[in-house]
Amino acid sequence: MDSKHFHHALKISDEICIGCSHCMTVCPTEAIRVRNGIAILYENRCVDCGECFKACPVSAIFIDQDDFKRIQAYKYRIALVPAVFFGQFPDEVSQNQIYTAILANGFTHIYEVEMGVELLLDEVKSYAKSHPEKKPHISSFCPAVIRLVQVKFPALAENIMLLKPPLDITALYCRKELTDQGINPAEIGVFYITPCAAKIAAIKSPVGEDYSMITGVINMDTLYNKVYKFIRTDRSTHPPVIPKKHLSKTAWQWTLTHGEASHVPGRSLAIDEIHNVIEFLEKIENDEIGDIDFLELRACDESCAGGVLLSANRFLVAERLRSYSPLAKDEISEKGSIQAYKDYLLRRINIQAINPRSMMKLDENMEEAMRKMDKSSQMLQCLPLTDCGACGSPNCQAFANDIALGEADIRQCIFIQKNREQTGELTPDESLEMLKSIWGNDKFFSNRK
Amino acid sequence: MRFEYTIEAGNFSKAGDASSSFKKILKQLNVDPHIIKRIVVSLYEGEVNIVAHAKGGKVICDVDTSRVTIQLIDVGPGIPDIAKAMQAGYSTASAKVREMGFGAGMGLQNIKNNADELIIKSEVGVGTQLTIIVNLNKA
Repeated sequence: MDSKHFHHALKISDEICIGCSHCMTVCPTEAIRVRNGIAILYENRCVDCGECFKACPVSAIFIDQDDFKRIQAYKYRIALVPAVFFGQFPDEVSQNQIYTAILANGFTHIYEVEMGVELLLDEVKSYAKSHPEKKPHISSFCPAVIRLVQVKFPALAENIMLLKPPLDITALYCRKELTDQGINPAEIGVFYITPCAAKIAAIKSPVGEDYSMITGVINMDTLYNKVYKFIRTDRSTHPPVIPKKHLSKTAWQWTLTHGEASHVPGRSLAIDEIHNVIEFLEKIENDEIGDIDFLELRACDESCAGGVLLSANRFLVAERLRSYSPLAKDEISEKGSIQAYKDYLLRRINIQAINPRSMMKLDENMEEAMRKMDKSSQMLQCLPLTDCGACGSPNCQAFANDIALGEADIRQCIFIQKNREQTGELTPDESLEMLKSIWGNDKFFSNRK
Repeated sequence: MRFEYTIEAGNFSKAGDASSSFKKILKQLNVDPHIIKRIVVSLYEGEVNIVAHAKGGKVICDVDTSRVTIQLIDVGPGIPDIAKAMQAGYSTASAKVREMGFGAGMGLQNIKNNADELIIKSEVGVGTQLTIIVNLNKA
């Protein structure tokens, strides 16, 4: 499997996993199997959407972040903070308090991720004009969607706009601004406060970029807990940090559903939640829906407000972000901020082509793929189509494919086992061993832990 | 390999099911994404034609390593003048069908543009048989 160059932020802890298969059932790309009593990940199919993370009842799935102490290795410690971070706190917590608390936790500078939006918006519009043959344009914003297109909708990879998302623009900007102040680049550590796993994966193995400008990643819940604890317990009297009013209303709401689409001219649609995205891309790929100019596609329900690493309810986060914004009017941020670096940043705003890497194929070689498909459809005819998952694969079709690919044995199916026990082809002992190989020994003791 | 699908007349909400199923197969067979797109677009147009005009029909898709051959066979009114039907913009669709976004009169032309070969056989009052061939060797 071609997973070598592909970083995944979602990890499964073998010690904590109880092999319950909840994650396997919810994975939209069928990337999880259960073997030996634990969930395993087919890395080339995973798009880092985080559905498994949400479904896990024992928190065995975690998002691999950098150690918070790592920020201290740098003299200048930049927190790249997305707007949704601010939307998590109760109404009585002021933005000044949040800023103060972030800095009190060790950062020296705060940049809002969406600062890059004001440069990006015009670029999106002109890109749309200059590439009419690639419609509908798909936003490059959500890294889980980019990966989904690569693995499941390879023909649409060329529809993705080859523009940096706001995060990358802002990362570039903050580094440039600080080095222009005479700071040694080696002393700058840029840490992104991430709302989801996909963004981490995109940073650790960027798609369409040679390298990332971001030093490390801190999970949003980690910083939220530190910041909220500071706000709740700090009794010092030092004056609060007054944040600069950087973001326009457009930028502030960019990561919410319709945040992009509502500003792109023409027929623009916003679709959130990964199953909705898949359903829509199926239709786009068949050319069933024409005349669409722009698609804002986000893997999470309520877009980034629904990121798996947010601590507050996604609807409340979205509502808070919509009801207040750092600037009262939708005006471009003050001079001396990102506009001063417009030329520098725009020269670097394009990303390289995004290549498809289909996970659907049964084999590189078509003849071999046809043989495997033949085998898979023969197998499927023997299977009960109950999609019970007891075989350790998410459904009967996926199981049939796994058999054809040599990754599963038809005797893993409990219906087949019952039949073969009847005909004497399988002993009860053999059948039990088969189930243990999937679900582990522990599940077959009445007094299991 | 052969794959068959039945097309229900008049049910536009299911128009596209055969295309989607066959598309999944082509992806599993590692067919080039651009070629898949051409095949699926032609098949979808043909599917919609049967849904809109015929009393029902079926799709037979044959795949080998060199080409995909799709036969769309329907029981229906037939096409009285094939040359005319091939003209872009020519449509016999009712207002109701047009309201649903179908019937712009680009269907057969669109199939022709996406296929390497298109053969139309039709008998008025009996039905129509479309044969669409797409080569799999990259041009």
